[in-house]
Amino acid sequence: MMLKEEVGMLRQVPLFSGIEPSKLKLLAFTSERVNYNDGQVLFRQGDEGDAAYVILTGKADVVVESEAGPIVVAVVEPNSIVGEIAILCDVSRTATVRANGRVETLRIRKDHFLRMLHEFPEMTIEIVRVLAMRLSNTTAELAEARAHH
Amino acid sequence: MEPSLLRYIWTHTWRQQLWIVAIVLLSMVPYYMSFDLPKLIVNGPIQGDGFGSPDATQTFLNIAFDVPFFGHVEFFSGFQLGREQMLFALSMVFLLLVIINGLFKLYINTYKGRLGERMLRRVRYELVDLVLRFPIGHFKRVKSAEVATMIKDEVEPMGGFIGDAFVQPVFLGGQALTALAFIMVQSFWLGLIALAIVLVQIVLIPRMRRRLLILGRERQLTARELSGRVGEIVDGIGAIHINDTSNFERADITARLGRIFKIRYDLYQWKFLVKFINNFLAQVTPFLFYMIGGYLALEGRLDVGQLVAVIGAYKDLPGPMKDLIDWDQMRQDVQVKYAQVVEQFTIDQVLDPSLQRVTLEEIPHISGPLCANNLTVQDDSGASLVEHVTFEVKPGEHVALVGTASSGADALAAALVRLEKPFTGRVIAEDRDLAEIPEAVSGRRMAYASSDASLFQGTLRDNLLYGLKHAPYRAKEYDEQAAVHREWEIAEANSAGNPDLDIASDWVDYESAGAKGPQDIYQAVRPALDAVGMSRDVLDLGLRSAADTARHTGLATHIVELRSALRKRLDDANMSDLVVPFEPGSYNREATIGVNLLFGAAAGPVSPRIALANDPYFASVLKETGLDTRLYAMGLNIAEQTIELFADLPPDHPFFQQQEFMTAEEIPTYQTLLQKLGGKQFQDVGQDDRASIISLSFAYIEPRHRFGLLSADLMDRIVEAREAFYRNLPPDLEGLIERYDPDRYNSSSSVMDNILFGRIGHGHANGSEQVRTMVCDILEEHGLYDEVLDVGLSFNVGVGGRRLSGALRQKLDLARALIKRPDYLVVNRPLLALDTRAQEQIVQSVLELVRKIDPNAAVLWVVGSPSMSQYFDRVLVFDRGKLVGDGTCEKLREENTIFKSLISWDPQP
Repeated sequence: MMLKEEVGMLRQVPLFSGIEPSKLKLLAFTSERVNYNDGQVLFRQGDEGDAAYVILTGKADVVVESEAGPIVVAVVEPNSIVGEIAILCDVSRTATVRANGRVETLRIRKDHFLRMLHEFPEMTIEIVRVLAMRLSNTTAELAEARAHH
Repeated sequence: MEPSLLRYIWTHTWRQQLWIVAIVLLSMVPYYMSFDLPKLIVNGPIQGDGFGSPDATQTFLNIAFDVPFFGHVEFFSGFQLGREQMLFALSMVFLLLVIINGLFKLYINTYKGRLGERMLRRVRYELVDLVLRFPIGHFKRVKSAEVATMIKDEVEPMGGFIGDAFVQPVFLGGQALTALAFIMVQSFWLGLIALAIVLVQIVLIPRMRRRLLILGRERQLTARELSGRVGEIVDGIGAIHINDTSNFERADITARLGRIFKIRYDLYQWKFLVKFINNFLAQVTPFLFYMIGGYLALEGRLDVGQLVAVIGAYKDLPGPMKDLIDWDQMRQDVQVKYAQVVEQFTIDQVLDPSLQRVTLEEIPHISGPLCANNLTVQDDSGASLVEHVTFEVKPGEHVALVGTASSGADALAAALVRLEKPFTGRVIAEDRDLAEIPEAVSGRRMAYASSDASLFQGTLRDNLLYGLKHAPYRAKEYDEQAAVHREWEIAEANSAGNPDLDIASDWVDYESAGAKGPQDIYQAVRPALDAVGMSRDVLDLGLRSAADTARHTGLATHIVELRSALRKRLDDANMSDLVVPFEPGSYNREATIGVNLLFGAAAGPVSPRIALANDPYFASVLKETGLDTRLYAMGLNIAEQTIELFADLPPDHPFFQQQEFMTAEEIPTYQTLLQKLGGKQFQDVGQDDRASIISLSFAYIEPRHRFGLLSADLMDRIVEAREAFYRNLPPDLEGLIERYDPDRYNSSSSVMDNILFGRIGHGHANGSEQVRTMVCDILEEHGLYDEVLDVGLSFNVGVGGRRLSGALRQKLDLARALIKRPDYLVVNRPLLALDTRAQEQIVQSVLELVRKIDPNAAVLWVVGSPSMSQYFDRVLVFDRGKLVGDGTCEKLREENTIFKSLISWDPQP
């Protein structure tokens, strides 16, 4: 998969959808292509987060360790991003992500991503907009959930 | 050292000086004969004196003397020669005299030169010898650059003077006296006049030169200080940049240069004034001769013939006088320089030479305890760092010295190895005062490591084994020719008062490190490297470096096995695609296009990409295969995409490290180039521009850069071009490129590249780490781990070890101390560049290693954090220079309040 297609994939990730294509290209270029075989782990719960991963092909399981053992809580598919919270703030990983079959990813390093936000404020504003939308949705969902109880 | 230069020279060279004076006097004989000969030639054969008739003859080479008591003695009656024959004979004699004079001059100058250089060598050696024996404390006050300037530059003029030190005054004085005597004989009064003027010169000129000497001394001091300051600027360049003080330094240097200029200008003014007066006095004598002599002649009291003779004789006087005065000037100048240097090197309490005597014998273990007896150490200001400390450490004890930074534990540790001089009290080892123990004992049976590691420029190996280089243990074996040269070296060293120690001998004391010789030294080195945790660093250095195939033969002979072992291991682990191997007939997608084209490594200095693209043969191959247009198009595409991606970023942005095509500085160049080339056909583009664009494609790796520029057809073409390139490779390129060969070791590539013989695929999580682990295992299996370690140890550490990280330098210092296997290991807050956890690990492994090697070896360790004291048998607690606690860690933790407070401050109790 070439840079152009990667940019196309990144545009479909909601977090990046509003960002200029030329900046997305730089983001893709400075990111690393990392492939995983079935069962290989992208990152582990509790580790310090240093990168986010955009799934280009294949599927990965999001696994949470519980008292009853590991539980698969979600499956990520192409065009989605995992671990993105870790590149925005300093939190440890809240879940383990494991390749389910062969997975191709684009690994966006935290320091690179923050450098880009620093360099291009319009990109930062776009990200903030997306995050604010999410927050608003989450707040709305919470309010709805409370109302049901 | 002898403060008077002339006496110093005389003491060491009086035999040679007498010899050269004798030779100079002997050389006078043919010299004066050659003066007389032209007259004989002109008057005799040419003008015909004594050849009245055409067949008249004269005697040639009649050797006869009138000897007292014997009367006339004739040794040889001579030949009878005609006029023409006589002319040729006398001319031949003249030629012979010219040659003899020339040979004398050659011999005398060479002899004087050699004499001077030997003395210079002696002086320099003695100065360095003194530096090696200076008391340690003295180095707090001297600047290294100043010492270096003194030894190198300031004694340099001595070399030229020493040969002339005695010959010149004897010779010139003799000439001047002869001329003066001749004048005296001709006319007593005129002689007196000449003598009076000479006396004025002798008295006045040196007086005037006294000021020159003072200025000369100032010049020397200011110049020395300048070099000291320049040295300081170079050493402290970091601090200058950090504090924005470069202009302060500029001002300081300008002020110094101004002072030097003023001194030098004053010096010139005086020098030429003195010269003027000197010349004037020389010229005033003939003036007096003409006036007074003429008057006397007019009066009839002086014969005109005498006057002419006196004036004729006088022309021989100013020359020698001037040279004599110049000699005196030179003497004073050199004497001042010499005295200045000697003064700087005259220091009380230099170590006695016997303490540093070359000792080849094995030094017995220090079997007794090491004691500090009422020890007080002060700093230069007189403040006490350690006050009245008394303790004893027995063999085999592991002792931690705990305290805050100002507790005095550091100074105490330094005093235990003589790096600090006790103000009162003593350090006692083997019932003797440490200050009186030869360095052969303290330097071999004790070791010291601190965070302030001093490394010398050289390889890691040199630095690691530095602690063992005590004496020339194994003499180098010389072949016949080299042996002759070595004998010459020894003779020369002896005649210049230097020791004849051979630097080419093997100085390493393998036995005390527990090895038999160079072949098994790694068995001693490796545990030490492991203990301080630097084996991995060294191995990685080795993997990244190119091995010296002459020294590291194992790698070259086993390379095929290593490569197939790696392949097998990758296949077994189901990771075949982790490393994409180089195959002669196919394209390696994980390598650059440049590597795929050349399919080899650049031998020697790496040829930059542009140079390659510009190479006429390479260009012709690209043209033949039609690759030039395709790579040009590709280069244009890369240039456009790179500029699009990076043009908006500031030049120092870290993203520039993400691409290899162009640096931030080159981006504008390529931008203009693109504009210039826009729309042009390939044929119309100039050679240089083509090369700049084509060279971009050489760095391209499809899986890494993902611009989508590589088609299967292009890959085939590149492989074809590769073969075409090697088909007719011109000899000048042959030496520059070493082709990849699956069956051969490539001496221009790194060890890692050789074993991989391919490229690690992009897109594998932790790819290079996994490969590294495999490679290490394989090396261990094939018994080549030590050899790669050795490659790593050949790494040049740079000036003061600056090419190594701070942590590695400190580890190296500790490893160096361990390799010595000392009876007393003193460690002073080492490894400060490491975090506490890593330090703690190293403390444990080092103590374990010491105990394993020699249970009787004692350790005194000033620990970086109090919690580390738990690994020691005994703990000494220091507070403000005093010993306030002594016992086991557990006991002190309960009883000692200071230790308790230290522990509670520690982040890891």
